[in-house]
Amino acid sequence: MNIGRVVTLAILLLLFWQLIVLISGAPAYILPGPWPVALAIIQHWSELLPHLQTTLIEILLGLLIGSFLGATSALLMTLSPLLKRWLLPVLVISQAIPVFALAPVLVLWLGYGLASKVAMAVLIIYFPVTSSFYYGMQRTERDLLELARIMGATTPRLFGYIIIPTALPSLGAGLRVATAVAPIGAVVGEWVGSSSGLGYYMLYANARMQIDNMFAALVILAVTSLSLYFCVDGLITKIHFWESPKERIHEKTS
Amino acid sequence: MKSSPSSAIAVRLRDVSIDFSGNPLFTGLHLTLPAGKTTCILGPSGCGKSTLLKLIAGNPDITYRGTISFSPPGLEVSWMGQNDLLLPWLSLHDNVMLGARLRGEVDHYVEEKATALLHSAGLATYERALPAQLSGGMRQRGALLRTLMEERSLLLMDEPFSALDALTRLKLQDLTAAMTREKTVLLVTHDPLEAIRLGEEIIIFSGTPAQVETISNLPGEVPRHAAAPETAKLHERLLDRLLGENHEHR
Repeated sequence: MNIGRVVTLAILLLLFWQLIVLISGAPAYILPGPWPVALAIIQHWSELLPHLQTTLIEILLGLLIGSFLGATSALLMTLSPLLKRWLLPVLVISQAIPVFALAPVLVLWLGYGLASKVAMAVLIIYFPVTSSFYYGMQRTERDLLELARIMGATTPRLFGYIIIPTALPSLGAGLRVATAVAPIGAVVGEWVGSSSGLGYYMLYANARMQIDNMFAALVILAVTSLSLYFCVDGLITKIHFWESPKERIHEKTS
Repeated sequence: MKSSPSSAIAVRLRDVSIDFSGNPLFTGLHLTLPAGKTTCILGPSGCGKSTLLKLIAGNPDITYRGTISFSPPGLEVSWMGQNDLLLPWLSLHDNVMLGARLRGEVDHYVEEKATALLHSAGLATYERALPAQLSGGMRQRGALLRTLMEERSLLLMDEPFSALDALTRLKLQDLTAAMTREKTVLLVTHDPLEAIRLGEEIIIFSGTPAQVETISNLPGEVPRHAAAPETAKLHERLLDRLLGENHEHR
C-alpha cells in the first residue's frame, strides 16, 4: 500500500466523519467532529501518552506471547499425532468459549495490572495463529515429504527446509488476523478493570462527559492498531520473498 | 556400477502382489532390472506404474506381498517425479544440493559438485536464481541434477518429462541419457517414443491386474534419434502392440 493512497483514504474518512456530524446535527457530547477531537489530542497529548504506552505494551506482549505459544502448539501437534488428537479438541473448545466473557475472571485472577490484559490478548490470538500454522504445515506436498524421506532427511532439517517454509504464507495470514484482533483483547481487558491504558482512559473520559477526549483516545488506538498492522504485514511480505520474485529469466538458446 | 557385468541384476521382484483399495493392481508380478542400464516401464495411466516405483523406493504407505531383493543388498535409490518439486525459497544451486542439506552434509566438495553439474547442464549462469524465475524446462533440469547429486546406485524416474513441451522433452531426454550412462535407471512413462528413445529394456504394463511383457535387446544406442528409421520402426512395433492390447480389452 503506498503512502499517497493511505493519506487520501484518511482524508476521505475524515470528510465522511465531518459530513455525518453536519447532516445528523448530533451535539458535541454525542459525536464531536474531527477538529475538536484533533484539538483534544494536541491538548491532552502528555496525558494520553502514558496510556498509549500501557496499551501498546499490552498489545505487543500479547502478540509475542500468543504467537509464540500458537506456533509452538502447532509445531508440537505436527510432530506428534498423539498430542494432536488431544490438543486439537482443546483448541476448538478454547474458541467456543467467548473470550470476552472470561475478561472479568482474568481480572479477578491476574489483577488490575498488565497480566490480565496480556492474557486476554493471548487468548484471542492463540487460535488463529495455531490453526493457520498447523494447517499450513499439513499442506506440505506428499511427494515432497517422500522425496525428503528418500533423501534421508533428519527431522529438524525437514522442518527447517521444507515444512515450516511451506506453512509461512499461511502463518502470515494468521499473524495478520492476530495483529488486527490483539488490540481488542487489550482494550476489553482495560474496560473490565484497570487504572491505565487507552481503554481505561475512554471510560474515564466518558464518565466525565469529556467526549472529545474519549474520541481522542479512540483515534489514537485506531492509528496505533493500523500502524502495527502495516508493520507486521510488511515484515511478513519480506519474510516470504519467493512469493513475488523480481523477474523471470529467459534462457539464451544457442 | 561400471564394474558390474551387463547381465547383472540390480533389483529383482518376485511374486509381488499389491492391492489398491480392494482391487488387485498386481498379482504375482515378476520383474528384474538389469544393473547399469535404463529400463522403461510403459503403460497407460492408473495401471500401477507409479505404485511400483514407490514400492521400490521403499514407501512405507504401500503394503505388498512377495519379495524385493536388491543387489548389492541395501542399495540406495534416488527419485524424480513429474513435478520438479524444487523448493521456491531456495536458489537453484541450493535446490540441487537439497539431499545434502537435508542430511546436514553440505561441505566444499558438495558445493563444487553442484556447481559442476549445473555447468554441465547449461545452467551455470542461473545458479543463484529462484525456481519461480526459471522456465519449466530449466526447473526440470534442476530436478534431474538434484537426483544425480545423490550418487545413488538406482535412479527412479516417474514420468519426469510429461509436463514439458515436445521440444524441451527431447532435449531433456538427451541430457538424461548422457548423464545417466552406466547407471541403473527405472523410468516410468506413458509415452512410447520416450521409452524407445531412452530404454535399453522396455517393460509394457497393461490391464488390471497388470500383465507384464519385457522387450530386451533393443537395437542401437540410447538416446535413439527421434527421427531415425530404426526408431520409427520400433515405435510402430510398440504402437501396434499397445493398440492391439487395447482392442482386445474392449
